Formats: sequence, structure tokens, C-alpha cells
Amino acid sequence: MNSKPTNVLIAGLGGQGVLKASDILADVAFSSGLDVKKADVHGMSQRGGSVASDVRFGERVFSPMVPPGEADFLIVIAPDQIEVNRASLKPGGVLIEPSQIDESTLPNKKSLNVALLGVLSLHLPFSAEGWTAAIERNLPEKLHDANRQSFELGRAAGQK
Amino acid sequence: MDSLPQQNALALLTGDEAVACAALDAGVKLGTGYPGTPSTEILETFDKLGGKAQWAPNEKVALEVAIGIAFAGERALVTMKHVGLNVAADPLFTVAKIRLDGALVVVSADDPGMASSQNEQDNRRYALAAGVAMLEPADSQEAYDFTLRAIEISERWQVPVLLRMTTRVCHSKTIVRRGTVTIPAPGPAHFEHDFPSRVMIPAYARPAHVRLRKTLAQIAAWNEQSGPDQVITGSSSLGVITSGVAFQYVREAAPEVSVLKLGMTYPPPVEKMRAFAAGVDLCYVIEEGDPYLVEAARTAGIAVEAAPESFRFGELNTLRVRRILEGDETPEPKRAPGKPPALCPGCPHRAAYTILKELDCIVAGDIGCYSLGVLPPFEAMDSLVCMGAAIGVGLGLRHALPPEQARRVVSVLGDSTFVHSGITGLVEMIYNPPPTGHVLVILDNGTTAMTGMQEHPGTGRTLDHAATSKVIFEDLARALGVPNVFVVDPTEEPEKFRKIIQSCLDKPELSVVIARRNCLLAARSIREYERRHEQQTH
Repeated sequence: MNSKPTNVLIAGLGGQGVLKASDILADVAFSSGLDVKKADVHGMSQRGGSVASDVRFGERVFSPMVPPGEADFLIVIAPDQIEVNRASLKPGGVLIEPSQIDESTLPNKKSLNVALLGVLSLHLPFSAEGWTAAIERNLPEKLHDANRQSFELGRAAGQK
Repeated sequence: MDSLPQQNALALLTGDEAVACAALDAGVKLGTGYPGTPSTEILETFDKLGGKAQWAPNEKVALEVAIGIAFAGERALVTMKHVGLNVAADPLFTVAKIRLDGALVVVSADDPGMASSQNEQDNRRYALAAGVAMLEPADSQEAYDFTLRAIEISERWQVPVLLRMTTRVCHSKTIVRRGTVTIPAPGPAHFEHDFPSRVMIPAYARPAHVRLRKTLAQIAAWNEQSGPDQVITGSSSLGVITSGVAFQYVREAAPEVSVLKLGMTYPPPVEKMRAFAAGVDLCYVIEEGDPYLVEAARTAGIAVEAAPESFRFGELNTLRVRRILEGDETPEPKRAPGKPPALCPGCPHRAAYTILKELDCIVAGDIGCYSLGVLPPFEAMDSLVCMGAAIGVGLGLRHALPPEQARRVVSVLGDSTFVHSGITGLVEMIYNPPPTGHVLVILDNGTTAMTGMQEHPGTGRTLDHAATSKVIFEDLARALGVPNVFVVDPTEEPEKFRKIIQSCLDKPELSVVIARRNCLLAARSIREYERRHEQQTH
């Protein structure tokens, strides 16, 4: 049987860029040649409710959803959503949260999602170029500079 | 996605996007439907990729337009959420028996677990009840492949085909290779008279039904021989028959078991199922929703194990499938509740609900963002049944309640919902008015907000936001003879809105109050579309 996929759960509130972050992550994994699945539920989430997106990648992925308690990484963009999602993490899984980033240093508050991806990137085998390309493919050009910068800030913060 | 992936290249697509790609590759003449989660993005993507897509007022009209396309020898795609097929069921049941010249594919996007729906009906039952062949994709690649296969099957047997998707197939992104299935290009549009095949008067409908059963027997034989199934040969002690996204959970939960994954689940390949079940010591059927395949197997005398009743509710997932196979019937852990959705700050519906609550109205409500008016702090909506039901339900309450209560009843629905199924309700209101009169409030926010800002006939713009004729609600109400018709912005003028509602409640007459203010999230785009249109016309 193939080795188990890497499981990442990204959570937050409507409007925080949860789905954008999971698109970028799925893209970087896809571009590196892995099997990828990404699951999120659209609809009611547009009204400011909780949003969560599952990204799984590896040699072969079956279910698009991360089984509860099996997430290797949990990124939470809204601090009040941490407790709601904590049970998704496997024992010893890594929680990535806004307190790891000094938000005042971000070029804009909207790019917190990408800064947290910067922290995540330290744990994953994808190249910096791969991340930059995925960020650029998924965002309009006018946002590229700010998001590249946020991603670097996240990487630096994660190394502390 | 903004552009079509290269032929034979890999792309990471949602199931909805994959259906749109396949429709484009098949040369579908027209995609039509009504927005509904999780199906909405199919037509939006088809339009973006260059296909001809349009929103119909409702699913019934969409299916009827598509039937006409297929009568003309072209290929048609109709999309809707599961409950939309209830609205389109009337044409579906009869077109099943009519000989088509082109292709007709009906996408039903079911929502097990109700991420954004009023019920979790399992539309596989429609295939059985109407006698319509059905394919069930399990990921985006199959969504692509099966859309093309559905067109092929539709043309080969001259019947409509149901493509039954579910939320996780529609909205999950998985890898797709475009060009895995190719079918011949559609022929030219044409029309020949064929009265017995297309005019379902009883004399022609009787043989048509007999013909349908014969055709279904042929399709069943094809499905037994060369249906789009997958067999995983594993353990001989345990086998699983499955379909759709449940296949993924089975493979992950129990990689060692043998699996028969069905692609066409109506008519089901029962002999294949029988042979598979005979080859394993114990055979489970694992499916999301109703015990549809379980019943098909047992009716054919195949001994299969089914999940306990509790797994019929909600979505399946890897853990739940593991529990089924392990016979674990201990209570399932509940997911911690997240933050519920709410009406946006500044949403025009907030102002309207605040006043309806203050006036102690009994509110027959409807489906849209404004359904959130049932939740605190408003708790100002007393019923939600189906699209357009606000008006009929409100009238029924008025007919039955004692006058002092009847006078407090108000029907509330949104602009897109009004066009979808409210217009006939309004006709009922003027045709059979209750003695106390009635008040209909149309919350007109200028868009189909809940599903993501789609246009509708009341916005005066087509699916791609180009200008077209506009249904003007106040003119329609006046033309029908409603004596009191008001248009008011409840956010800008809450006191005026209150006075209008109060005066309407006070008199035994019919009133239509249009609470008009653009959705906060759509307002900028709407201004942009209007500006673009102005530039074009001046």
C-alpha cells in the first residue's frame, strides 16, 4: 500500500482567505507532481460563518477530506476558531496560528493567510520557487508583491 | 478557473469545473439551469470557458428549454441542486419516454448532510422512478469522463441521462486529465415531424412507455457488459459494492478489501453485483444517503450487508466507513460547532426583519440569505418549506387563523425566489384572496445572493451580466390588480417601511411591498455592470 498522504486543515472565518490559502497549497503540491485532493464546502460560509478547507497530498489520495484527528498540520487564521478545530489534529500534529506572526509587520492584514502558509512551508518539501509560482498563479498581479512579502515574513517568523 | 486546460495535460479541478470542461469538449449547444449549491459553478465555468450558458427562472423551465435543444438534434446540459429536480420532475418523467434526436444530460447535485439545503433527499430515487439512466462520478476525473459518457449514452439510446453528483464531488478539487474520453462531434441541428415519439397524448404515450422499458433493458445489458465500473481485487473474505464519493472512503478505510465500484447505478448491473457478492464471504453495500443499492441488490436476491440506519443521515467519510465495516455502533463523536452564518452587518434584510419582528408579524418565509432571519437576534421567520412557498403558506395561514391573528401574517421572499416560484403564488393571492387580505414583502436585493450573486430575470441581466429584458415586480403586481403596491428601501427609510407594513396589515386588502436595496456584497459589481451598459447604449 502507498504511504499515507500529508493532511493539512486550514480554518478561519468567511472572508479571511481560507479557500485562497488552500488553493495555493494544493497548487504547490500539484505542481510538484503529487496526487492532491482539496475539499471545502461553499454556500453558507459566505455569510461570515466558519470556513474550513482540507488539503491532502501524497503518492495517492482517496478521500478529499482529512479524517478527524488525522491532520498533520492545522492552520487557523481566526484565533477564536482554534478550539473548534483542535480535535482535527493528530497527536503530535503542528498547530500554526496568528500569534506566531507580528501582524503589524504585514504589508496588509488580508495577507495573514499567506504569511501562515510561509510558516507551514518550513515543514514541507516544496521549493521556495514553487511556492512563489503558486502564490502568483492564484492571486491577481497587483497583490503579488504584498503576498510574496507576507510569505517571507511567515517563513522568517516560523524559524524563530 | 479562467481557461480550458490543455488537451491531455493534468489540471486540478473541482467536479463542477470538470463537468463544464467536458460540456465544452462535447460541443454542448446550451447549458441552462437555476443556481443552487453545490451545482452553481458548472454553468458559471461553462460560460467563462466560452460555452453558451444561461440561467432560467427555475429548473422546470431550464429542463424544458434543454428538451427543445435535444429535439433539434443538439446537445444540452441542465444543472440544478437536488431539490431543483423536484421542480423539474414534471418534464423529467415524461421526457424519459420521448425519443430524443440530440443529447440531454441532467445534472442533479445532491447535498447529503445539508451543507446548504432544506433537505437531504437522495435523487438516485428519481432515476428509478422516472426510468432515467444514471451515472455517479466519484471524483473530478469521473465528472469529466461521465459527462461525455452521458452524452454518448443519451445519443445512442435517444434518452435523457441523469448525472448524479454530490457536494464532495462537486466542490472537491482533484486531478483531471482532459481528453481521456472523446466522442464524435454533434451533428447539425435539424427537425423532422415525429408525432408518436414526441407528442405524449395517451395513444402515443402508452407505446412510448413500453418502448422505454425495452430501451432500459438494453442499457442494463450494456451496463452488465461494458458499464463504467471499477473492480479492485483484494481480500476474498470481505467485499464492498459502492458508488460515488463513498468509493474513496472505502478505499482509504479498508485498502485490503475487494471493491465493486459502480459507475452507472440505474439501471444497476445486478448480475455483476451478484457475481461479485458470490466471490466474497461477506459483501457490504456502502453508499451515502438512502439504501438505494442495498434495495437493488436485495430485490435481485443478492445477500448483502448494509450500514445501520444511523449512517443514512449526513455525509459519509473515512471514519464512518471504518465504523460500518468494523460493526462499531458506539455513539459517533460530534464535531464542535463552528460559528454559524449570519446576515452580514449592513445587510438590507436586517432592517426589514427588525421591523417585522417589532410589528409581531407571523412570517411565512422562504429560501435565500434571508432564511437566516430565523436565527437570533431576529427569530422573525416562522416557516421555510421550498422555493416560493412563502406566498401559498401565508395565504393558507390567513384562511385558517382567527382574524386577529390572520391580520399579522406576512409572506416574505427574495427577488430571485419570487421569479423562481413566487409569481404563481401571487396569482393565487389575487385569485383566492383571504377575507383579511394579505401582505407580500419581496426582499429585492438585486441578486441571487445566497448562491453567490447570480443574475435572474428581475435583475435585467443575463448569466454573463449583459443587459436584457427585466421583470419589474411592481409593474407585474399592478398588472395583476394588486391594489396596494409600494417600493421602499428599509435601510434608508426604516420608518417609512414600518408605516407601510402597518397600514397594509391594518386593511383587509392585498398588498405587495418591495423592500429594495442592493445586496451589500453585490452592490459594487452591480454598479459596474450598470455603468458598462450605460456606456454601450450612449
